[in-house]
Amino acid sequence: MAPMDTSAVTRRPQRRVPAFASALMRFIVMAATTLLGLLAVTFFIGRVIPIDPALAIVGDRAPQHVVERIRLELGLDLPLYQQFWIYLKQVASGDFGTSVLTTNPVLTDILRVFPATIELATVGTIIGAVLGIPLGVLAAVKRGSIADQVVRVIGLVGYSVPIFWLGLLALVLFYAKLGWVAYPGRMDIVYEYTFTPTTGFYLVDAIWQGEWDVVRDLFRHIILPGALLGYFSLAYISRMTRSFMLNELSQEYIVAARAKGLSEARIIWFHALRNAAVPLVTVIALSYAGLLEGSVLTETIFAWPGLGLYITNSLQNADMNAVLGGTVVIGAVFVGINLLSDLLYRTLDPRTRSR
Amino acid sequence: MIDLLNKRVRLLATSAALALLVTATPQALAATPPDTLVLAWAIDDIISLDPAEAFEISAGEIMGNTYDRLVRLDINDTSKVTPGVADSWTVSDDGLTYTFKLKPDLTFASGNPITAEDVAYSFERAVKLDLTPAFILTQFGLTKENVTEKAKAANPSTFVFTVDKPYAPSFVLNCLTANVASIVDKTLLQEHVANDDFGHEWLKTNYAGSGPFKMMQWRANEVLVLERNDNYYGDKAKLKRAIYRHMKESSGQRLALEAGDIDVARNLEPGDLEAVADNADIDTESAPKGTVYYFSLNQKNENLAKPEVREALKYLVDYEGIGSTFIKGIGEIHQTFLPKGMLGSLDSNPYSLDVDKAKELLAKAGLPDGFSVTMDVRNTQPVTGIAESLQQTFGQAGVELELIPGDGKQTLTKYRARNHDIYIGQWGTDYWDPHSNADTFAANPDNADDAAAKPLAWRNAWDIPELTQKTAAALLERDEAKRAGMYEEIQKEVLDRGPFAIIFQQTEVAAHRANVENYKLGPSFDTNLLAPVSKE
Repeated sequence: MAPMDTSAVTRRPQRRVPAFASALMRFIVMAATTLLGLLAVTFFIGRVIPIDPALAIVGDRAPQHVVERIRLELGLDLPLYQQFWIYLKQVASGDFGTSVLTTNPVLTDILRVFPATIELATVGTIIGAVLGIPLGVLAAVKRGSIADQVVRVIGLVGYSVPIFWLGLLALVLFYAKLGWVAYPGRMDIVYEYTFTPTTGFYLVDAIWQGEWDVVRDLFRHIILPGALLGYFSLAYISRMTRSFMLNELSQEYIVAARAKGLSEARIIWFHALRNAAVPLVTVIALSYAGLLEGSVLTETIFAWPGLGLYITNSLQNADMNAVLGGTVVIGAVFVGINLLSDLLYRTLDPRTRSR
Repeated sequence: MIDLLNKRVRLLATSAALALLVTATPQALAATPPDTLVLAWAIDDIISLDPAEAFEISAGEIMGNTYDRLVRLDINDTSKVTPGVADSWTVSDDGLTYTFKLKPDLTFASGNPITAEDVAYSFERAVKLDLTPAFILTQFGLTKENVTEKAKAANPSTFVFTVDKPYAPSFVLNCLTANVASIVDKTLLQEHVANDDFGHEWLKTNYAGSGPFKMMQWRANEVLVLERNDNYYGDKAKLKRAIYRHMKESSGQRLALEAGDIDVARNLEPGDLEAVADNADIDTESAPKGTVYYFSLNQKNENLAKPEVREALKYLVDYEGIGSTFIKGIGEIHQTFLPKGMLGSLDSNPYSLDVDKAKELLAKAGLPDGFSVTMDVRNTQPVTGIAESLQQTFGQAGVELELIPGDGKQTLTKYRARNHDIYIGQWGTDYWDPHSNADTFAANPDNADDAAAKPLAWRNAWDIPELTQKTAAALLERDEAKRAGMYEEIQKEVLDRGPFAIIFQQTEVAAHRANVENYKLGPSFDTNLLAPVSKE
């Protein structure tokens, strides 16, 4: 490896800086157009749907003159492109407007609901990856065996069972019958007035403050919805791991490694899995990004005040500022995670670095 | 080699299982704190906690528990009012001036004294802010210009309210029980005024009242915390706290109630309600509420405008079937527009499913083979179920009903622009007086498209100059018994020839742990009072 590396290093410095700069530029342009496009589409869809946004603010029972006044206040009498331009200018100055449902600035709301979703998605992804990868490897190694079939069935169930049904079933079993986990919600009511979260990431806050009772309670609340989301990402991750591994195991370097007399475990875990890890990073990142959108159904069953519920609720009430704000966040998350997995790709796969 | 792999996988699997078990040590039956009532309820409709703005169902209950008014609805006889902050009141002979004497030495939760100044300020800000519920006060002739004259403190303990017409005193007093007439703490609010907004921005999420509970914290779609107000002048709340937890899902509420993690479940669907009713640890409560469910026929549609068709469709509703299925436990059949328990309410349900009679009427209307028509339906229960039932029973007489499903706001937007054929939905009284419903079901001062007032009769293009006059006259009838009789007559007329087929009146239900005592649902949404509730 050493001689190859030196040659690369000697060549790289001249090319690397402009390459990096152009990559950065490409990324910024890509991110900006993606977000702008997303905003435009969401904005216009929001204005085209046959719901009067003024009604969302004043409620079902408002007298007509109040509705009219609010419509003027919102600028709904202006042409659409003008409304969009005004909105863009606001956003550019960091003002996403006020949510009519919660009466808070949208940014404040998102800073409150997004940490809840991030916590849940992170727990879900950890569970999904920690269990999904070994299961996928197992299925690939023992291809066609009973173990492979079992893993496949687990995956199939994860794909096809409605989360609403599975969530309720899990609640009945683990909460109502066994009492292992806590009821829907983020934490017990008693901590509602003793524990003050500072960042919105309750688990992190509680650990930071050394409130171990709270940590335990938070864990009892997050584990079931987390495991449920984890199961769905497990289904995806294990299946992808299996096919990546099968692909790697049929490569010539594996034959070479076997010929060299390496132990099977070493071949599987250090050689094959390491190469399979490269595309696997994308798979995990995508599944994480998916969970970060927030799962409306999981959040509904488990009374989890997260982003999915927030956006759905806002959409149903034509609270377009909140919907647009949430969309921008999700868009930014996708762009960010794409960038991150790109960077990880480069670290994991030397070939992509010199390209 | 494979053995080694197996070992590793096994190790991983066992450690994962162990991790799960460690976090999940079984617990004894959970219990809520003894001094706190925990209610699970869908509270995502709250948009503001300022009484000058709050007009939603959940917000109404919060206002009812945290704010005081001059007079309150008597929950034992809902056609009467009882004193609130006012000790006594008189009405001048010309029926225009109401003088309220305040109870002595009252204070707000903040410790500030309650004076007639605060009452006047509360009226002033409600009228000047002019938000959704302001019409309840402005219908007495209050305007931004005259409100400080018409609603005025004569001295610190006397408040004088002048109305523009000699209304029925019951009407005026009933309106003063509404949330918008809540008394707010002027001194406290003035510390939070920004841009002449009477402290509105601040009060949306804060509290400036004098009720038995104080509103401590509201996190939208998450939690709302009430705490006992020890400065309250009346019977103090038994419990120290009440916490509303936002939980929308019926099954989740049921599980948490059965496990004892919550004390009261508020959104149980008929199935879950039936299931918990058999549980010895759980009691259920129910009370009829001021909301009626109806479908209405747009008179711009030439078929629906025929009087025989209107009558025929009222005979094509399977009232009995609907009562025993979709609304079992959550409503009762009721065909007049005033909810039971209100002054003048008429308890008459003359219609039942009668296909032959309907066919006869349709033939008389020149439509012996029926006709096609659409119905806008919001996709929530029990409305969707009822709409499907109607589709089936209408069909029996040859009326082909096409259902147009829609989101709540979408359907409403169409309805308010009167672009529908048939609309199905609900109507809740705005305030506890017969005029609230009469003014919308039985009055339409101007049927033009650009009318200033757009009541339900307008939304269905029902042009009724005579009935509009009758409704206006009932408002000025100062003899209470006569007034009640006038409303009975108006209801009969709407029942006979109106474009509204009223199906049922909503019953609110709640299930609570058996150790919760005195948990009662009131007749209106702002009289679900928590102060008398205690726990064993």
